Amino acid sequence: MTGELGQLALCLALALSLMQAFSGFFGAARGNARVMAMGRGAALGSFVFIALAFFTLMFAYVTSDFSVMAVAENSHTAKPLIYKITGVWGNHEGSMVLWMLILGIYSAAIALTQPDGTHPNARLGSNALGVQALIAIAFLIFILLTSDPFLRLYPPPFEGNGLNPLLQDPGLAFHPPLLYLGYVGLSASFSFAAAALLDRRNDAAWVRRARPFAIAAWTALTLGIAAGSWWAYYTLGWGGFWFWDPVENASLMPWLIGTALIHSMMATERTGAFKSWTLLLAIAGFSFSLIGTFLVRSGVLNSVHAFANDPRRGLFILMILFVAITSPLVLFAWRAPKLAPGAAFDVVSRETGILFNNLLLTAAAATILIGTLYPLVLDAAEGIKISVGPPYFTATVIPMMALLAMAMPFGPMLLWRRGDVKASAYTLRYPFAFAVLALILALAIARPFSVLGAVAVGLGVWLIGGSITDVLRRAGDWRRLRLLPPTAFTSALAHAGLGVVALGVAGAGIWKDEAIQVISPHQTMQVGGYTLRLEGTERVQGPNYIADRAEITVLSKGQVITVVHPEKRSYPVEQQATTESAIRTTGIADLYIVLGDPRGGGGWVVRAYFNPMAPFIWLGGVIMALAGMTALGARVAAALRTRRQATGLAAEPAE
Amino acid sequence: MKRRYFTRFGCAPLMLLALSGTPAFAAGEQPEESTYVAPLANPVLEARARALQKELRCLVCQGESIDESNAPLAADLRRLIRQQMQAGQSDDQIKAFLVARYSAFVLMKPPVRQDTFLLWFGPMLLVLAGAGAIGVIVARSRQRLGVDEIATDLPTETPQGY
Repeated sequence: MTGELGQLALCLALALSLMQAFSGFFGAARGNARVMAMGRGAALGSFVFIALAFFTLMFAYVTSDFSVMAVAENSHTAKPLIYKITGVWGNHEGSMVLWMLILGIYSAAIALTQPDGTHPNARLGSNALGVQALIAIAFLIFILLTSDPFLRLYPPPFEGNGLNPLLQDPGLAFHPPLLYLGYVGLSASFSFAAAALLDRRNDAAWVRRARPFAIAAWTALTLGIAAGSWWAYYTLGWGGFWFWDPVENASLMPWLIGTALIHSMMATERTGAFKSWTLLLAIAGFSFSLIGTFLVRSGVLNSVHAFANDPRRGLFILMILFVAITSPLVLFAWRAPKLAPGAAFDVVSRETGILFNNLLLTAAAATILIGTLYPLVLDAAEGIKISVGPPYFTATVIPMMALLAMAMPFGPMLLWRRGDVKASAYTLRYPFAFAVLALILALAIARPFSVLGAVAVGLGVWLIGGSITDVLRRAGDWRRLRLLPPTAFTSALAHAGLGVVALGVAGAGIWKDEAIQVISPHQTMQVGGYTLRLEGTERVQGPNYIADRAEITVLSKGQVITVVHPEKRSYPVEQQATTESAIRTTGIADLYIVLGDPRGGGGWVVRAYFNPMAPFIWLGGVIMALAGMTALGARVAAALRTRRQATGLAAEPAE
Repeated sequence: MKRRYFTRFGCAPLMLLALSGTPAFAAGEQPEESTYVAPLANPVLEARARALQKELRCLVCQGESIDESNAPLAADLRRLIRQQMQAGQSDDQIKAFLVARYSAFVLMKPPVRQDTFLLWFGPMLLVLAGAGAIGVIVARSRQRLGVDEIATDLPTETPQGY
């Protein structure tokens, strides 16, 4: 019964989305407050039904209802409860329902923050809800026609196929939902941009409405990517954290465009510069999200993330992609030339800095797109197979990012409209000196010798130092730091976060130390200045796996530091094995120990890595996300204050 | 401390960022002897071999290099690289040999050829075109900016409600 309930809920959500589209556009065109209010109601209703479908699906997983095909194919009774819940989105059908749920969350948030019908911005929001509804309609039809999560199986099997053990990890609870909150969240900016074009709005009102959603999406995307990278790092058993895998690229492209967008929006909202460009970026951001969805879901890419090929699905998403990208672009080409030019600024100004940022970020996103699609196109066009792997991306994208990092500390220093580059350079003299010092030290001390690593360290220190300088400059004095409003820290946090990431990438990518050895109990091996002693191994039984667990004592200078237990698990249902690496972190370096296979004579292959600065990669991501949260928090607080004042004013005449 | 060559963990579990349903690997079942390649005695040659391995694709894997892969083919290639290096072949000669055998698909870094021209120079052209466009935009904007307008630093942002 529950399966049919979920399917019905999806159909009702589709019906309400149709109503939302109609009343959103029609109400805005007529300026009819009651029709517009109906659109808001429909958006909330649609969200409620999608949530109902989502939780119905979750119920089917939790109760192991194998008459539902998606559950039978991806779940198992012996699986721990947490993985029954997160397993909902560990497959194509369920992940599309999660995608819809998050689209619904953003639509509902737009509806709830929508001003009343008489407000000058009411039509803008109403059109935006209309556009959100069109996206929802397209994807609901996609789900119902090609990827029905509630499809029945008769007769139901006694047991399910289980979930890929690699996905039976707490990472599955955080990574996909955060990633989707990010790139589906870019739909809000897209919808407001399209609404502004529909409404022939020539001001920054749409930016003011869309910016909080863009910041929220960017924050979630940052955390989602960081979570995925961390998950890969601790699970895959050799300490890698970024692979330029096509699916990672699919999440990085919207992140780069989203980063460009939140900077460009800042200029448009503050000074009225680059009005058309910001519109275009908002359209591009969600377009890249859709391209990512297509690449991941269609199976055109040779990637472990891709699901089984189903040409119908690919074609359907390709059609959505085509319509969703071309129609706003046509609208843009038609309407944008009629918009008044953006506000003027001088050659040296923060606006120019933001243009530079936008140039490099969009070029980096375009490069990743070229690199990801080129082998497909060349194969299709001429039957020639080539590989575009990590060396290509390091050679093209990294220099762009380095150039950007060199300029970044100047951004917040320069004044709007007309800046003074000499004064800013003078302000930045200390961070510059520290950066050069760090670069020289890295060249002189760090081994293996690496110019690339030294440059990354120099840039990291430059970014962190630049941010500290920026905050101190705003406060005037470190004793007055407490008096600064939270928003004074946002750009400093975001830029410093990237600097911290640069340090981590240099350390874990270039200066890691690795050792592999076959050791028997009571024998030792060396890595990164630590001595590891294998005490023994034992067989342990987990809820749905059997593991070999080693006990390894870590010593430094003869002193016992800790005892770790790396595991090698084998999942009988799925017939797969995973490694549970033991990671001991000091906060600035990781000791990463993996148990390999048993060898003759009681020996075990043990692999150990010393990854200096590795935790900085994810710490930097969290710092960047904190910047987003600070900006968002200030906006939410301001909105609440405005609302309270408004109700206060409304109450006054009654006295 | 001595660095040693080792075989990496699996062939397919390259990444699990998204939601793979592909049951693709069985790392524990790989025979360890066949994928273990003893390091060369000459540390300079060994370092070269390690570097070269990262640039060659494991042809039977999902986008892994032969440095990361645990597939038997990758191990064979690692062994082959070492043999050829000891025979005095240069990196380029070894790459040319592998490309002749497996096509350019084996190279993680695609070669610069006529059909990869856009791939390699497209990004640079994009940046240059974009920089040109920015030059024009900034120059035009400067013209519109009246000389009488003084530089204004807007105060620290105060967020507004809706």
